[in-house]
Amino acid sequence: MKLTLKIWRQENATAKGSMHTYSIDDVSPDMSFLEMMDVLNEQLMQQGVDPVAFDHDCREGICGACSMFINGEPHGPDRLVTTCQLHMRKFKDGDTIHIEPFRAKPFPVIKDLVVDRSAFDRIQHAGGFVSVNTSGNTQDANAIPIEKTNADKAFDAAACIGCGACVASCKNASAMLFVSAKVSQYALLPQGQVEATDRVLNMVKQMDEEGFGNCTNTGACEVECPKGISLENIARMNREYLSAKVSG
Amino acid sequence: MGITLSSTILRKVAMALSGIFLMIFLAQHFVINITSVFSADIFNQFSHFMGSNPVVQFLLQPILILGVIFHFVMGFVLDIQNKRARGTRYAVYKGSANASWVSRNMLVSGATVLAFLALHFYDFWVPEMNYKYVEALPENPTRYYEELVHKFEDMTRVILYVISFFFLSLHLLHGFASAFQSMGFNNKYTPALKSFGKLYAIGIPVGYAFIALFHFLNH
Amino acid sequence: MGSNVTAAWKIHRQGAYFANPCFTQIHPTCIPVSGDHQSKLTLMSESLRNDGRIWVPKKKEDAVAIREGKLKPIDLAEEDRDYYLERRYPAFGNLVPRDVASRAAKERCDEGYGVNTTGEAVFLDFADAIIRYGKEKAHIKGLDENDLSLVQKLGKEIIKAKYGNLFQMYEKIVDQNPYETPMMIYPAVHYTMGGIWVDYNLMTTIPGCFAIGEANFSDHGANRLGASALMQGLADGYFVLPYTIGDYLADDIRTGPISTNLPEFEQAEQRVQAQIDAFMSNKGTKTVDYFHRKLGKIIWNKCGMSRNATGLNEAIQEVKALREEFYKDVFVPGTSDSFNEPLAKALRVADFLELGELFAKDALERAESCGGHFREESQTPEGEALRDDANFTFVSAWEYKGEPSEAKLHKEPLNYENIELKTRSYK
Repeated sequence: MKLTLKIWRQENATAKGSMHTYSIDDVSPDMSFLEMMDVLNEQLMQQGVDPVAFDHDCREGICGACSMFINGEPHGPDRLVTTCQLHMRKFKDGDTIHIEPFRAKPFPVIKDLVVDRSAFDRIQHAGGFVSVNTSGNTQDANAIPIEKTNADKAFDAAACIGCGACVASCKNASAMLFVSAKVSQYALLPQGQVEATDRVLNMVKQMDEEGFGNCTNTGACEVECPKGISLENIARMNREYLSAKVSG
Repeated sequence: MGITLSSTILRKVAMALSGIFLMIFLAQHFVINITSVFSADIFNQFSHFMGSNPVVQFLLQPILILGVIFHFVMGFVLDIQNKRARGTRYAVYKGSANASWVSRNMLVSGATVLAFLALHFYDFWVPEMNYKYVEALPENPTRYYEELVHKFEDMTRVILYVISFFFLSLHLLHGFASAFQSMGFNNKYTPALKSFGKLYAIGIPVGYAFIALFHFLNH
Repeated sequence: MGSNVTAAWKIHRQGAYFANPCFTQIHPTCIPVSGDHQSKLTLMSESLRNDGRIWVPKKKEDAVAIREGKLKPIDLAEEDRDYYLERRYPAFGNLVPRDVASRAAKERCDEGYGVNTTGEAVFLDFADAIIRYGKEKAHIKGLDENDLSLVQKLGKEIIKAKYGNLFQMYEKIVDQNPYETPMMIYPAVHYTMGGIWVDYNLMTTIPGCFAIGEANFSDHGANRLGASALMQGLADGYFVLPYTIGDYLADDIRTGPISTNLPEFEQAEQRVQAQIDAFMSNKGTKTVDYFHRKLGKIIWNKCGMSRNATGLNEAIQEVKALREEFYKDVFVPGTSDSFNEPLAKALRVADFLELGELFAKDALERAESCGGHFREESQTPEGEALRDDANFTFVSAWEYKGEPSEAKLHKEPLNYENIELKTRSYK
């Protein structure tokens, strides 16, 4: 396939940045989107042009690193995939593809398509954990009975890979789906109850300080999430938060 | 501790509560106004009651006005914050791929409703305030029906009202369910609530449009 | 680009012995290669072998027909299918260890029974499992077990509950529906059993430098099972190191903070800076990826599932030559003070180009077949691994001497006092 790629190039964090157009031939439909970018970069380097910088790691949909906004959607037109799982057979010969970084004020661009998502790490540090004394008195986790529906919902919430597609697709650049997934995975389990109040208050406070937007329940995040995280988690976090504000 | 509205979630809860308050008002206002379609007398009685009862006039009325102002001011403030949260705008953004038009354009439908409110206040509220408190004219408990019918003789006005009700419907189609989600209400009753919300979002505006058209066509 | 060996290689260059580099694992159920552009081969979890049956056609002409798209695998009758793992290893069937399953797949494909366009793929089939689970469910629910479409529907639901995420991944990559047609799989490189040599306290040969998890060689001998990386991380990090590192640090308890103004820090920083500067200023013509892919091909072909002396000698020479060409002809774009991925890659590939040679050297030195390391010169008449316990019951711990070819072998003898070494049969 022959493709025209319009890609955001930005030299560094303070540069202005703009869209550049490149042409690429011989794209196999079996290639993943990132493999296509690798081919583009080899071509660019041979031409003496700086290769396009982009994030990637596992290249199989589990690490959350790859993050391209493709033709107006995070991770492109396919559903329940990350950019590395998007394959070129989803495009046609002669297509033009627009590629931009995940945009949000709290995700400053580092270079080209690479953004700094440490805001998510800071939110996690604020409360996305349970405190356990692990030295010498480990308890068997299976000794604590947990209702299966809750265990399943907690597992589903824990599937969040922190890629930021929710923020990128949200018209308000809100991080509610991410934060609510991280809060829910503990809120549904007995181990999470001990620190539930502090957790939700601190994580939401950090989320607000980072400058993410307000949730207006459009549901774009749930549609675009590569792991299919549910909007139910946002409602759950709203409840947890209100209850923590009232009781805490 | 203190509940300050610096938290995004609390701001949205406040929006939700004000929205629900306004939706309750809409239902109540409809119940009174629909009586004009089948009994001028009953309509006059209700309107007279609302217009002269001190609790309604001096307690509920200011609360309602504050509620309206809070809702649209907060709406604009949140929208400004949300635009700022994006930072640099996308060159290509396909909002229609993952969210409904109504959910992405609450400001458009809301601003239309606000513009309608301005017209509606000019039509009914300002003359009413003028009659009662500025010129302090003697009370005539049967003037209300005539005033109503008289306003709906003008076709342009009726068209503007009907268009506004359409945008009100769009606003409610997203707003109803969204308000409950923002307050954390999401459980086994949610599908039924959503169905009711759709019915409400279409039914009430259609009802209002019916009142306007009824009087226009019957004058 | 991730590099799971750079940290280990750096300490190896500073004196930590590197143990058993030739013990690498090749995982039997990966998605086959689809082209030269590929950056990785996605793994299909081993859990699939609990229910999937591995087979190739019995007749070569059927294999050719399937390759050419003229015959669909679901249309091939049972008696024309060679469930070769079940045939060769009746006791373990599809659950034989990874190296045994990988070599068996390679053997069938080398003989010409591969089922994709490159001839390097075998089938992992869930049709029987779907029927089995479906009949079971129908029976439990009191429904008609002989209603094929009902049984298939119920069976597919159970398969989806167990493997849904894996099936979805497969479909995204291969664009085929594994609920309706058998999956295609082929062995690909996976984890390593070798790594930095450590003692029982998990300390390397550099005093005070500890290596835990898969970075070291300790928990695995010549082979490994599944979830072993997790196991090793936990075993080392949770149950061993907290107790052993304290003992070492106790002697250091009066040592205060260590300044970075010492000559050792200066030297280390200069070394790295010199390497970075060398890459940035090199007037080469080839990209880093060019060398990485070439290295990968040499190692996969000559140090892969099946190794022999000729191939290993060639591999050593070729890797050495490639390394020299790398330093002469690589070019790295951009600057060293900005986000520069090709520069990061170059620094990684430099490590791989040394490890690769040591790996082949270790494989050549170990003239027996043991676990994941298979030497063609050392096999049983049925083609199974043949160990040489008399001569090779030791850990190969290599000391860095500047060039990989000059690495010095230290043998750590393996003395078993309470058990007798046996050879397991999977028949």
